[in-house]
Amino acid sequence: MNRAAIDLWVGFFVAIGLAALLFLALKVGNLSSTDVGETYAIQARFDNIGGLKVRAPVKSAGVVVGRVGEIRFDAENYAALVSMQIDKRYQFPRDTFATINTSGLLGEQYIGFEVGGDPEMLKAGEVMKKTQSAMVLEKLISQFMFNKAAEDEGKK
Amino acid sequence: MKLVRRGQWRAGRYNPPFFDFRILLLVSSEPLVQIRDLNFAYDSRAILTGINMTIPRGSIVAIMGLSGCGKTTTLRLIGGQLRPSSGEVRVAGQVVHELDDKGLYALRRRMGMLFQFGALFTDMSVYDNVAFQMREHTDLPEELIHDLVLLKLHAVGLRGAHRLMPAELSGGMARRVALARAIALDPMLIMYDEPFAGLDPISLSIVGELIRKLTDALGISAIVVTHDVQESLKIVDYVYFMAAGKIVAEGTAEDIKNSTEPFVHQFVWGEIDGPMNFHFPAPDYREEMFAQPGKPRGWWG
Amino acid sequence: MTPVELLRQLGNRVTSRVWRLGFASRFMLMTVLYSGTALKRFHLTMREIYFTGVLSLIIILVSGLFVGMVLGLQGYDTLQRYGSSEALGILVALSLVRELGPVVAALLFASRAGSAITAEIGLMKATEQLSAMEMMAVNPIARVVAPRFWAGVISMPLLAALFSAMGVFGGYLVGVQLIGVDEGSFWSQMQAAVDFRQDIMNGVIKSAVFGAIVSWIAVFEGYDADPTAEGVSRATTRTVVTSSLAILAADFVLTAFMFRGI
Repeated sequence: MNRAAIDLWVGFFVAIGLAALLFLALKVGNLSSTDVGETYAIQARFDNIGGLKVRAPVKSAGVVVGRVGEIRFDAENYAALVSMQIDKRYQFPRDTFATINTSGLLGEQYIGFEVGGDPEMLKAGEVMKKTQSAMVLEKLISQFMFNKAAEDEGKK
Repeated sequence: MKLVRRGQWRAGRYNPPFFDFRILLLVSSEPLVQIRDLNFAYDSRAILTGINMTIPRGSIVAIMGLSGCGKTTTLRLIGGQLRPSSGEVRVAGQVVHELDDKGLYALRRRMGMLFQFGALFTDMSVYDNVAFQMREHTDLPEELIHDLVLLKLHAVGLRGAHRLMPAELSGGMARRVALARAIALDPMLIMYDEPFAGLDPISLSIVGELIRKLTDALGISAIVVTHDVQESLKIVDYVYFMAAGKIVAEGTAEDIKNSTEPFVHQFVWGEIDGPMNFHFPAPDYREEMFAQPGKPRGWWG
Repeated sequence: MTPVELLRQLGNRVTSRVWRLGFASRFMLMTVLYSGTALKRFHLTMREIYFTGVLSLIIILVSGLFVGMVLGLQGYDTLQRYGSSEALGILVALSLVRELGPVVAALLFASRAGSAITAEIGLMKATEQLSAMEMMAVNPIARVVAPRFWAGVISMPLLAALFSAMGVFGGYLVGVQLIGVDEGSFWSQMQAAVDFRQDIMNGVIKSAVFGAIVSWIAVFEGYDADPTAEGVSRATTRTVVTSSLAILAADFVLTAFMFRGI
């Protein structure tokens, strides 16, 4: 095997190997999404974050606008303090609602922004005023059963 | 055209071919290899005991003996692949096992070794095999290497075979290519490990001729380890006889041929029985023949 | 055999294994220290990349395709029972990128390229070529062992990426073209679920570690083989078996480290 042929084949091999890696990164993974870009931080307090994890998406109108950065326990208010990294391109009004939703019925949880009408925008480092905690499935079921039992009682 | 790598001349590692050994010859007549009271043991098994050998410059010395008597071990000790348990091996005035890595490699560049069956690099052509040392240790340009390689191959009569791969060579041809490879950098000492093993009569004489001619033409020294008596006695100057790790006899080729020492005599003339017994140790013949056959020999009787 | 005999034999075997491991580690250190030649004269390493990487392409690509297709079939069969057949893309991609890609590619690499390396080095030892090189003042570890080691480390991540890519393609062929899963949701759900840093980069790191392990075992077994025909064949078998076990064990350790939070 002369050197020129070997060089050619090795070059070809490395090229398709890197192409496969690129394919995996772009087509299979989510590299082309908003991970790259400047962000600013916003915080929000929740009574119960449910199953929210770090790096969960922050969506507004269903589009990913940022990611959850840090989740901490606020000892003064006995609430969860969630810091989010929001894409610098998007500004949100000060009365935006932050809710914890579940994607699908049993999917992963994410933060949804419901926009209000306040002309003033949220600044970096601000804490959002309006939040809604996650729905805990067990409470829902027990509530449903309690209501059902009360209904049956009422009917008798 | 750069013949010397930058810094190599100053570092003293530059070894120009064609020149070194002749200067040494002029300067001193000290023997090239001197072995004094060499002992070598492996895993508490003594392999060599009390070896004393001298290999003068420009001569061919043979080390003869049965298989497994320590001949190849001696070669490896000279080449620094093994470390002696006691005693010393001196090559060109330097004690081999006291050299550091750099010194050892510098010494090995001036030694050539012909392994049994050639040990050619099977993934390279004949040309690349001979050019190997030139490419690794010198900065010679490819045109010069081309001329040198063909020169060496011509000396062993295989210049036309330089495009072949080692797998396509016969045993004798492979041995000759290995010889060309061994003289590639014009060493001062060549060690031959069983160069005549397994060759046909024609190749035998060719290899013998080449060993003698090259040694005379290049003024180098040679150590031949062999048990081919007839062929080697034709070409060597001095013989050391080894048995069970000791030197039992030494002398010139004539002395050995006319020796009356029983072991040497048996070896040189190929006698069936002598100090080396024909029969492997066994109990008495009659007793074993007349022993009761087929008796169940379990633990009960 | 008396119990004392058994115990002695057991102890003997354990000590010899531990001794061999120590020798192998020292050998690995020497290989890395003498890697200068392999990097400075890169054509030596390139030649080895050709023989280990390029010549393994066929088996990796074909196996990747088939594994992906099987994943598609089996995955669809189970998922459609729960009405989540659109998650087929996620199933195929995550299984391949996280686990099957690095591990199966490494196993195939060990049996094809690893055994070839061991046989080659073992044969060079048996025919005294390594000895000849030593006597010619060329360090055989620098000239023969190091290029093969680094070629394995470089080839392995590329082969694993190719395996995963072919697998995803195979899953796509079976899922979308053959069975009829929606193409849009196949790709979009996959892209949403596969994270570059968590899944793909971890897969690449895994395959690099596997490459180092397989190459280490292959060159060591070759260098340490008995210089006979039987010795070389036993060394080759040992390479494949030991590499496979080491890959699976390392996979567990790496997975435990990397995917702890999920």
